Amino acid sequence: MNELGMGQAVNQALREEMARDANVFIAGEGVGVSIHDNPMFPTWGLLEAFGKERVRDTPVSEAAIAGLAVGAAEAGLRPVVEVMFSPFFTLASDMIVNHAAKLRYLSGGKSSFPLVVRIKSGSGFGAGCQHSHNLEAWAAHAPGLKVVMPATPADAKGLLKSAIRDDNPVIFFEDMMLYFAPGPVPEEEYLVPIGKADVKREGKDVTVVTWSRMLWVAMSAAGQLAADGIDVEVVDLRTLVPLDKETLLASVRKTGRLVVLHEATRTGGFAGEIAAVVMEEAFSSLKAPLRRVTGPDIPVPASPALESAYLPDEAKLTAAIRSVIDHLY
Amino acid sequence: MTISVEKQKEMLWTMILSRKFEETLTELCRVQGKIPGMMILSTGQEAVGSGVCAALVPEDVIISNHRSHNHLLARGADPNALMAEIFCKKTGYNKGKSGTLHLAVPEVNAPCTTTVVGGGLPIAVGRAFAQQYRGEKAVTVCFFGDGAANEGSFHEALNLASLWQLPVLFVCENNMYAGAQRYEEHTRVENLADRGAGYAMPGIVVDGNDAAAVYRATLDARQLAIAGKGPTLLECKTYRCRGHGEQDPQHYQPKAEIAAWQERCPIPRLSGGMLSSSAITAAELAALEQKAGDIVAAAVRFAEESPYPDPAEALEDVYV
Repeated sequence: MNELGMGQAVNQALREEMARDANVFIAGEGVGVSIHDNPMFPTWGLLEAFGKERVRDTPVSEAAIAGLAVGAAEAGLRPVVEVMFSPFFTLASDMIVNHAAKLRYLSGGKSSFPLVVRIKSGSGFGAGCQHSHNLEAWAAHAPGLKVVMPATPADAKGLLKSAIRDDNPVIFFEDMMLYFAPGPVPEEEYLVPIGKADVKREGKDVTVVTWSRMLWVAMSAAGQLAADGIDVEVVDLRTLVPLDKETLLASVRKTGRLVVLHEATRTGGFAGEIAAVVMEEAFSSLKAPLRRVTGPDIPVPASPALESAYLPDEAKLTAAIRSVIDHLY
Repeated sequence: MTISVEKQKEMLWTMILSRKFEETLTELCRVQGKIPGMMILSTGQEAVGSGVCAALVPEDVIISNHRSHNHLLARGADPNALMAEIFCKKTGYNKGKSGTLHLAVPEVNAPCTTTVVGGGLPIAVGRAFAQQYRGEKAVTVCFFGDGAANEGSFHEALNLASLWQLPVLFVCENNMYAGAQRYEEHTRVENLADRGAGYAMPGIVVDGNDAAAVYRATLDARQLAIAGKGPTLLECKTYRCRGHGEQDPQHYQPKAEIAAWQERCPIPRLSGGMLSSSAITAAELAALEQKAGDIVAAAVRFAEESPYPDPAEALEDVYV
């Protein structure tokens, strides 16, 4: 095992897939020459390794970057393009939502669009709401896209390799705070399948479903609650679309209690979808009403004092878990 | 440059076929329940698609917009499968999923028709990137209207295509109206081609009702692109003789203006020259008209007799 940050793990995935398949190229703002010049960032060193034909720095033009991916993918290339921060998804969204997601359907299944849009996501670094805004539920609401949001470096690497090999457009959200949180990554080559959740911690009393950086909040809270005899199962969704209902429902049927945790804001958040699936398919297993722990319905504030009020944390999660455990029927 | 009789005949034929095809659609879309959705036509603008496509080779790619029928017919799409798709039938090019507005015909390298105004330009850049990346001797043409030139995607696409010297031809079919807004009401620059200078690419204005002029300008731009000299912005000035769609009563378009442009119809303009240079005889011209009528009538029959897709098919073709 190597100890890598998520950015480094993404970098390995890109290197391996670019070496394996000449159709893979990367493009985006500063994917070659970057203002960061930091080996913890995902595209560090790729320009030197693969040259400027395949590592394409672009103008600040998100629509053109995403359109580049759509057109090149239709031609059979496998573009991996980057949107620098998730709020800029809006600038690329016509190409992603109206074109990448729909053109296969509009062609009657004749064309395919094997592209990946990597989007740096998440809050917690004091940049404010135009650089921090979790939009995974938007992406999940556009049929035709797959939506991946890993929490560990190992999952990020294996999922990105799968995403690059997938014949569908994949939106791949990377939480930037995780670039600086090293974790084990296998040395041998491997893939992590898209559409498969992972039980990161087994438990019998309550299920916490989460993804991306909030996994670590869930793991930490689960550790705290274990001391009080509450046995928390943590399901890392890893992929939002397609949703691994099987793993989700199996866990809920086992524990009978559910808390969904995400960093994104509450209204229209993906927790609502999880809740609906559980109500439709596992209602009779529930021993208590499910709970959501999410960001409040506000833009992400800049001040660290305010941002920490925004972010879900162990205290908010443990309170929700206790309320679900204590619910009496 | 003289244009071969064969090329002149090709352009004339695809214009005549497109005209017959769309005049028939004008009639059919008035019949209740015949054709679902909108009907957006390019009647009178055929010299653009027919002139451009005559200058292309099969390996070239076109990206089209909501006024696509002429582009696709000029590209060699099958009238039966086109008509069936316009009727939203199972036998259509896209199995009834695109309808008239989003016709995708990868069989003739016309993989994308987008009705998001300006949506085609960044995709054309991507398609042209793939051609350059693979060292193909081919170009991508993007058709769009004057309205699209005011979308941000136009500017992003032109800049990137020029920066990377991609083999793409941006063909602006300036029909003088974007919705109900006349050109002067939405754009201040005299020629949209002037915007090419802002992206260090040639900006060429041609008479968009003159198929021969469109053809020549496309050949030149294509040659530049193939030679690695990057994109061209080609503005074809024409006129929207129909409404934005067939339901549009055109109350904002002066009747005299429409009549004046109908006088400049691109079909007699080309055929008149061909008749006087003996490139075609009157009998041959009449035969082409007859043939177009027969083909379109057969296409309508094919579409009418075709089944609608099974409702269960709605769930197919989202993911690979």
